[in-house]
Amino acid sequence: MSTETKAAAGRDASRIHNIGYRSYDGPRLGRAYARRSLFSQTLRGSFGLGRSAKSKVLPMLLFGVMALVAAILVAVSMAAPDASKLVVKYTSYAIYLQAVIGLFIAAQAPQAVSRDLRFKTVPLYFSRPIEHADYVIAKFAATASALFILTGAPLLILYVGSLLAKFDFADQTKWFGQGLVSVALLSVLFAGLGLVMAALTPRRGFGVAAVIALLTITYGAVSTVQAIAWETGSEGAVQWLGLFSPITLIDGVQTAFLGATSAFPGGEGPGTGTGVVYLFVVLALVAGSYAVLMRRYRRVGL
Amino acid sequence: MRFPRVTALDRLTLDIGPGVTGLVGSNGAGKSTLIKILLGLSPATEGRAAVLGLDVATRGAAIRERVGYMPEHDCLPPDVSATEFVVHMARMSGLPPTAARERTADTLRHVGLYEERYRPIGGYSTGMKQRVKLAQALVHDPQLVLLDEPTNGLDPVGRDEMLGLIRRIHTDFGISVLVTSHLLGELERTCDHVVVIDGGTLLRSSSTSDFTQTTATLAVEVTDSDTHPDGTAALRGILTDAGVTLVGHDGIDTEGLPGAGHILLIEAAGEDTYDLVRDSVAGLGLGLVRMEQRRHHIAEVFRTEQHASRQGGAQGTAAPAAATAGADQQKGSGRDEH
Repeated sequence: MSTETKAAAGRDASRIHNIGYRSYDGPRLGRAYARRSLFSQTLRGSFGLGRSAKSKVLPMLLFGVMALVAAILVAVSMAAPDASKLVVKYTSYAIYLQAVIGLFIAAQAPQAVSRDLRFKTVPLYFSRPIEHADYVIAKFAATASALFILTGAPLLILYVGSLLAKFDFADQTKWFGQGLVSVALLSVLFAGLGLVMAALTPRRGFGVAAVIALLTITYGAVSTVQAIAWETGSEGAVQWLGLFSPITLIDGVQTAFLGATSAFPGGEGPGTGTGVVYLFVVLALVAGSYAVLMRRYRRVGL
Repeated sequence: MRFPRVTALDRLTLDIGPGVTGLVGSNGAGKSTLIKILLGLSPATEGRAAVLGLDVATRGAAIRERVGYMPEHDCLPPDVSATEFVVHMARMSGLPPTAARERTADTLRHVGLYEERYRPIGGYSTGMKQRVKLAQALVHDPQLVLLDEPTNGLDPVGRDEMLGLIRRIHTDFGISVLVTSHLLGELERTCDHVVVIDGGTLLRSSSTSDFTQTTATLAVEVTDSDTHPDGTAALRGILTDAGVTLVGHDGIDTEGLPGAGHILLIEAAGEDTYDLVRDSVAGLGLGLVRMEQRRHHIAEVFRTEQHASRQGGAQGTAAPAAATAGADQQKGSGRDEH
């Protein structure tokens, strides 16, 4: 540290702690470093690290549930006689546990963005070297990474478990890879949608409700209509209906490209042609979320 | 600087040197808009501005790395401690992790936060919150800090402490300060230079000593005696004869003051005026109850300006600069380079 003691030192002998002002001549690491700092602060904050004990409870609990269920499934798979693969597919895991993921993003997206808006901390960020885009990118990436850790960790448990159980290495590795790509896509999509809802509702309670509503209402509506379409024999409609809720979008993409088994009624997901549409919609939603966030923060100056 | 429906700053030409500069204006005068332009956050519609020799339009990020900003409003999250918050803000300014921690500890100590800095900010008093806000503006050792209404919401003692701290930012820390307020009297005590703006135009820009020189108003109250049943009138007569300007001798300005009618408000031209008042009172054999400098309020400056323009702008200290188009400020660095 190249600091130096300035004139004030020793001027006031009665106050022994007054060692005077030291100026800072060290490095200033600039925009990219500030962006990384914001990223890591938000990512740690998503799991309650660096925050109060109370705010660690929910994210840790949800993370625990995700991991525990995976561990149980590994145990079950190993206990089954003559088992040659896991009882659950890597790609199905996130679909089964979508409620947990939904709760996590609903609780943590407002934490990531609404706090800054509500307590008006945003001007402090924008009076520093970072630009609006840096802020949005850091928050987006951190939330997506938090979701990826939440959804990827149980897959890792499944993978390690399957290797310990001496299942076929090549198959497991391929499926594990497909699973990771699928949850990565899911993380980015959910992070985008969650942050948009949270950024538009600065009150934290409303933000949580808005994210849960977005995820559950669309899923509930889509799966109900899909079931009706399936019952009435219009199988063709089922795969198109899946475009209207985030989780069925992911289901569709991974069914088309990542060897997953669809959770749609009848187990028939979209083929490659429709899958391209699914993938396109997912990417459009992610880009759209980014654009909306940029618009939102351009308006919040000082 | 024009917004779709409002012209916030209108052809404001200003040159602010190193030291502590006060920016005075009533609410909506354009103080915050000026700060935003200086931070490079909202571009001026026309004209240009430079801070620390850097153009705000093109070098915004470089300026913001070297400038600290303390907003007027609350801006602190309640659920983290002051230390954690200020460390984070230091890193957002580009300080490496270790340096960020050291600087945070130093800065919080300088603004007067000790043990309480480990507690969540939610439980702080307004005075402590203001100190945290000041600390986050200073933590990266800027060359210039912009303080927006730092004494807002503070009690008289807290106000004095904050003003003392602002003075120290320049004298001890070597950081130049631009501080806004709507109380002129408050800034007179801390600033080397005061700029008054109103309705987006420059009203006056002069060093603090000029201010006190030209507009210091003395309030004089005397007793009555047997020889002079109306002591105030007698003194007024003598002072007027001696060529001292009386302010509001029609009683306009004394309204609302305690003992209105018994108080003479006179313009102090310098040390001589004090002596003259003393000698006059003694000569008349009256008792001098008080002779004090009146605190200026922003309104007084406005009144002086109107007065001046009636007299054909004779005072001339604050001709709104209409010649140059656009907001054009130049900021000097106050830091002595080591």
